[in-house]
Amino acid sequence: MLIELSVFDLALAAILVLLLGVLSASMRLGITRQLYIAAARTTVQLLLVGLVLKSLFASTSIAFILLISVIMISVAGWEILSRQKRKLKGWWGFGVSTGSLFVSSFLITLLCLFAVIQADPWYSPQYAIPLLGMLLGNTMTGIALGMDRLLQNAWQQRPVIEQRLMLGQTADESIADIKREAMRAGMIPIINSMAAAGLVSLPGMMTGQILAGAAPVEAVKYQILIMFMITAGTGLGVISVLWLISKRLFDERERLCFKQLLK
Amino acid sequence: MHLLNIKDLTFLHCGPISLQVKATEITGLSGASGSGKSLFLRALADLEAHEGNIILDELNQQSIAAHLWRQKVALLSTETSWWFDTVAEHFEALSEDDLAALGFSRDCMQWSIARLSSGEKQRLGLLRLLQNEPEVLLLDEPTANLDKYNTQLFEEFVKLYLKDKSACAIWVGHDLEQLKRVSVNRYVMVEGEMLNVD
Repeated sequence: MLIELSVFDLALAAILVLLLGVLSASMRLGITRQLYIAAARTTVQLLLVGLVLKSLFASTSIAFILLISVIMISVAGWEILSRQKRKLKGWWGFGVSTGSLFVSSFLITLLCLFAVIQADPWYSPQYAIPLLGMLLGNTMTGIALGMDRLLQNAWQQRPVIEQRLMLGQTADESIADIKREAMRAGMIPIINSMAAAGLVSLPGMMTGQILAGAAPVEAVKYQILIMFMITAGTGLGVISVLWLISKRLFDERERLCFKQLLK
Repeated sequence: MHLLNIKDLTFLHCGPISLQVKATEITGLSGASGSGKSLFLRALADLEAHEGNIILDELNQQSIAAHLWRQKVALLSTETSWWFDTVAEHFEALSEDDLAALGFSRDCMQWSIARLSSGEKQRLGLLRLLQNEPEVLLLDEPTANLDKYNTQLFEEFVKLYLKDKSACAIWVGHDLEQLKRVSVNRYVMVEGEMLNVD
């Protein structure tokens, strides 16, 4: 039995977001515009996808499902770049973010579909698309945070990096601390989710399945599977981003060199 | 006996510069701010893009990994950076004699970086750099923040080190009296060219 939400219910929630924007603007915290755009996007995007989801899940064309996956990965890659305070150079930046999402989400989803779920056919959209979506949504956050922390800290700590180079450290050594910090920043959200799961938060997918009548233990098993996949994916994604960017931060003579990286 | 041989070095709008620095000797370099003195030292340490040849004894700069070169040809910048919380964490081993020679006592190792004065940073920065036992010292206004007494300690310490290791040095500074005191050759950088002033 589902309690239907009225327009008034949604409006109430929307007013809260609106007030937050006003508050942030009056305190000059500068997030209002981004907040409103994101809120508008979530409304439009979810409405549209809600309308086509049924026909999407009915599709059995592998080419169509691949196309949807490519679109999802590209959008997620684009979003990662948009969250960066220090903007990466165009196509190279896009390659890094989508490349790391490919490793962290697409390959992990494939592994999950083939080795664990084994639906028939393996690309059954009602499994493949939500799975990829959950992985992308979570790893995207980790990668965006890790990348932002790496670029911000490397930029602010230029003198320290150069000092360490002057002392004869290798490029890798000179940036090791900053990389460690960035890895931590990227992994905190998923580590939090795992640590708090069941005690603080009830993961949405599991709760939904149980409310819809699934056996609790089955729903829990799915949730654990997803959590571990997301953790592995996020870790791999952040590691590949850190590796690619920190290589590019230095030229062939181990000099710190932002101009081949940033706009 | 080490010899630094600089041949037709160019960087940005500066050069070509050719220069030899011999073991135990200091070459002095002065010039207006922005004339390219610091860039010159950075190019020698391979921290700045440049053309030409820089050869230490028989070893060409570009023939070994950059970090190995920087262990041999060490740059002490005017502003040193410190990233751990205390002095000691930046050092692997340090002799009490060396500390004393620069006017420090043993307990300076426990000092927090935040309380160091700029002069203390310059002197400790030298000790930190010498841990690699470099064969060439590139000193960029190394005593800019030191009083007369500590400046004298610093000069003596560098001279002793050069003698001890048969190393050589290039000393960039604005104090012409000092450069006369420590160096055997003196140059001035004018619009990217190095002119002998003796």
